[in-house]
Amino acid sequence: MDITELTVHELLGKLKSKELTIKEINEAYAKRIEEKEKDVDAFVTVLTEQALEQAERVPEDAGELAGIPIGIKDNICTKGIKTTCSSRMLENFVSPYDATVMEKINSKGMITLGKMNMDEFAMGGSTEYSYFKKTKNPWDLNRVPGGSSGGSAAAVAANMVPWALGTDTGGSIRQPASLCGVVGLKPTYGLVSRYGVVAFASSLDQVGTFTKDVEDCAILLNVIAGKDERDSTSVDVGEKDYTKALQKDVKGLKIGVPKEFYGEGINPEVKKSLEQAIEKYKEMGAEVEEFSLDIANYALATYYIIACAEASSNLGRFDGIRYTYRAPEAKNLKEIYKKSRSEGFGAEVKRRIILGTYVLSSGYYDAYYKKAQQVRTLVMNEFNKAFEKYDVIITPTSPTVAFKIGEKSNNPMEMYLADICTVSVNIAGLPGISIPCGVDSQGLPIGMQIIGNKFEEEKILKTAYAFEQEINFREKYKPQFKK
Amino acid sequence: MKVSKEEILHIANLAQLELKEEEIEKYQTNLQEILNFANIVNNAPVEGLDITIGANEAKNVFRKDEVKIFENIEGLLENAPTQEQHMFKIPKVIN
Repeated sequence: MDITELTVHELLGKLKSKELTIKEINEAYAKRIEEKEKDVDAFVTVLTEQALEQAERVPEDAGELAGIPIGIKDNICTKGIKTTCSSRMLENFVSPYDATVMEKINSKGMITLGKMNMDEFAMGGSTEYSYFKKTKNPWDLNRVPGGSSGGSAAAVAANMVPWALGTDTGGSIRQPASLCGVVGLKPTYGLVSRYGVVAFASSLDQVGTFTKDVEDCAILLNVIAGKDERDSTSVDVGEKDYTKALQKDVKGLKIGVPKEFYGEGINPEVKKSLEQAIEKYKEMGAEVEEFSLDIANYALATYYIIACAEASSNLGRFDGIRYTYRAPEAKNLKEIYKKSRSEGFGAEVKRRIILGTYVLSSGYYDAYYKKAQQVRTLVMNEFNKAFEKYDVIITPTSPTVAFKIGEKSNNPMEMYLADICTVSVNIAGLPGISIPCGVDSQGLPIGMQIIGNKFEEEKILKTAYAFEQEINFREKYKPQFKK
Repeated sequence: MKVSKEEILHIANLAQLELKEEEIEKYQTNLQEILNFANIVNNAPVEGLDITIGANEAKNVFRKDEVKIFENIEGLLENAPTQEQHMFKIPKVIN
């Protein structure tokens, strides 16, 4: 038995039946990281030594998830452990406190195996914009894992962690999950606390999960969901057990298929795989209907206006005074600001700060920022209309499979188009999950996005679970670490 | 809208960024490209629609005005490049 192949719910079963110990599980992961990390580069900080120590000390009665390891995206604050956002600006930043999601993870006795690589400040769709390293896709090491949570996605796909946390502002969980053939959930805006998560675009950011399957997704969502006093945008939806939603029966489920999401720019193999998935749902008894949701291009433009505007404000705090990096040659205060920011931020971050500052500056505010906020209302209205008729909406997660390293990194607009299927979900604050639905002719995974109405995570989990049980993706396809 | 070199320099100054000569040209091209795409928001059918500022209903969230002590002051200060006597240290601002 290869321990690292197992899902968390399988691990829990084997812990219960005493087939496995917490120590064995953590040792297996430490070994796996040692073998695979040199090829995949998924970690900014590896914590296996501490993890093995911690695994020795887990009390017998510590709760079901105690001792289960996890990977954490490096923009989630971990007390006493570096939180770099994969930026030179925060290369040596050690958070003085834990994010709320980390408090929750720690209170369950779970063990942090490492901090995962990402695009700098979560800005990007390939993890090529990390200051430290480029993470590779375990299915083909010449390709990107997607981004911005590429380290989390690749590590789960490569069995270096059993599951991981990421963040999603415009697709940063769902798109890498799709490109790496794992399950990625972006919860409804407000379901999970953002306290202690380094802010990129506060009205869009949300913490979510990477798992091997949908059942693990529900288990991890149970851990991280919940109202938090320290995040006033978090919402109290009461105690829920998301694992109860995992049912195979989708008879009568109303699925909307927005035809504009299957048009120009969507790779034919991706489209075909999605069409097969939709056929499968029909066979399983779901009621499928095509409809028009003509918002993808508006939503993408709106996303880059709003996200960059918010980022230009949020990243104002990195001034060379409080957060580790200061330009060594700066002589006065003005120089500290300018030189530290110019040297500490990478090209993509500066690009977005410039765009954000531009759309907020006097003279352009009405034409771009205000207009984008109106389009945001339009996008929400269109989704509201759709959810009057449908339980869930199904689209591709990404217009293409994993692309080659370097293919888009010098063309910002092309990189932005990789988010075309995912951003509208953040604009409207909805939950979305990506699950693998097949592979293309090169054997690269294709992801299906299931979108639900606000706080209807149960519906998308059920829709995803039923399909997953039917096609058994994990049994049929595995990453090959192709060189 | 056409983005000029002067505008890029003005925006960079507002954002407290110092751009090298080759960066100015690069960001000018990038910004122009992105704005050309972003302009489609002006064709969206939004006549009469309100603006939305957040994903959920916008409402005031009040809390009691209570002091909470943050214990790990050392941890906070340690991230500053320079510090002295429990304070962030910066170069002289007033001559």
